Amino acid sequence: MTISREDIEKVAVLARIRVDEEQVSALEKDLGNILDLVDQLSAADTDSVEPMAHPLDAVQRLRADEVTETDQRAAFQAIAPATENGLYLVPRVIE
Amino acid sequence: MHNKSVAELSRELDSGKVSSVELTQDFLSRIKQEDSKYNSFITVTEEQALADARSADEQRAAGNATPWTGVPFAHKDIFCTNGVRTTCGSKMLENFVPPYDATVTENFRKAGAVSLGKTNMDEFAMGSSNESSHFGAVTNPWGLSKGEKRVPGGSSGGSAAAVAARLVPAATATDTGGSIRQPAALCGVTGLKPTYGRVSRYGMIAFASSLDQGGTMARTAEDNALMLNVMAGFDPKDSTSLDRAVPDYTATLNEPLKGLRIGLPKEYFSDQLSPAMEEQVRAAIREYEKLGATVKEVSLPNAKLAIAAYYVIAPAEASANLSRFDGVRYGYRCEEPKDLLDLYTRTRAEGFGTEVKRRILVGTYALSAGYFDAYYLKAQKVRRLIQQDFINAFKEVDVLMSPTSPSPAFIQGEKTNDPVTMYLEDIFTIAINLAGVPAMSVPAGFIDGLPVGLQIIGDYFSEARLLNAAHQFQQVTDWHQREPQ
Repeated sequence: MTISREDIEKVAVLARIRVDEEQVSALEKDLGNILDLVDQLSAADTDSVEPMAHPLDAVQRLRADEVTETDQRAAFQAIAPATENGLYLVPRVIE
Repeated sequence: MHNKSVAELSRELDSGKVSSVELTQDFLSRIKQEDSKYNSFITVTEEQALADARSADEQRAAGNATPWTGVPFAHKDIFCTNGVRTTCGSKMLENFVPPYDATVTENFRKAGAVSLGKTNMDEFAMGSSNESSHFGAVTNPWGLSKGEKRVPGGSSGGSAAAVAARLVPAATATDTGGSIRQPAALCGVTGLKPTYGRVSRYGMIAFASSLDQGGTMARTAEDNALMLNVMAGFDPKDSTSLDRAVPDYTATLNEPLKGLRIGLPKEYFSDQLSPAMEEQVRAAIREYEKLGATVKEVSLPNAKLAIAAYYVIAPAEASANLSRFDGVRYGYRCEEPKDLLDLYTRTRAEGFGTEVKRRILVGTYALSAGYFDAYYLKAQKVRRLIQQDFINAFKEVDVLMSPTSPSPAFIQGEKTNDPVTMYLEDIFTIAINLAGVPAMSVPAGFIDGLPVGLQIIGDYFSEARLLNAAHQFQQVTDWHQREPQ
């Protein structure tokens, strides 16, 4: 299994990770090797097998529809990189 | 004092022979003197520890003691600690101070245990050698006397090295593909990965949520039982936590092993296993036979697919979990982002290390349009086949035994250039996480002066039986008491 430069550039955009030109070759090799390893799966006969998400097939629990969380905005925003008037600051999105 | 187990320290505190403040000072000064050799701690919380120790001494004097009241220990730096920096071994969280406690952290706090700090680990628990930490590699205490710098295993390498070096008697750890058992084996300590869902994942920084499980590390099986007594239990804050009664794991440690049925998976004793490793493991199994256990060969026919399935499922889940690190709400943010996309992509490029980025990219690829069925869904189907192998095996035997790792601790830098070679470190441990069953690693001998581990695997919720089997082994062997020089 090989993975192309274009694939890597596309995946990097999807993953929101900047990949510099000089890193692409190393990633091509490393990701290619990992996908080679993973390709062993294709030999397994899984025709009538249900995919497994939880080892004990547990499902999401429902809880009572009650407010249990208190307002901790100040504590949470105290550790944010940039805030103002209770808002998180990011670069301007709309010009 | 530093050679004593948690159980022994607890008794000393109980009898008043020593105070928690004295114990805490003793271990803190050991960390100060010794840890420059190992780098097993990322953060040491001296002031908080001494304050907690004073309060523990008061609790004991007032007659409100649990077995843990005043006993020093450490947390893997993946468990959120309210007010104490929690880095997960990453530059991304270098200055992250959580505003809340993980359930595991809270449980130890309530029990009165005294945390001395946070132990080093592979970045976001992705690694088998503790070399991917942003805070530097951890050095295994074993081999240092010969001038060799060996890895402690990973990802819980800091916890394993700290326990082996007697800097703490016990430390918490986590295991997604072997991250408790492999470092325990490589450092000569005892570690337990419980059944998936047994220990709350709330506040335990997520890597691969369907595989991650918190667990225990100490020198003796008894201390692992004492830890699990505090850690195990249902938690409504963890949606995959299981609501099952928690036994007293120390109550059954002394049950005789007569009649215990041991299975040896033939796939784990193939000709690829080194003769030296096989010899150590078979010698350990002979000890079990002397204790009255019977041994038979069993088969896990799909185990060979475990690494392949894992390296789809774990990166896929990691790519989703780690999307939360965006430079907006907490953690690292790049300098002067020119727009929102630049903020995201540069924050993540600069904040994550090489292995983490590699896994996020693999996971994103496996989940992307056109590949989801071929990779993620296929891996989840193979996962069920692997699980079925374990279910079938446990119809015939009570526990399975194997080596924990293919070889003892390797030299730092030996495998860092080839991720796939590193992944094969977990060849005996990964299938257990996919199945979700519990497993331990118990010190079982040495090869060229380096410790090796015996892996004991049990059926769902059989932690008490595993701890019993490990404890009985430790009554007739002293591998777990050996101290690195």
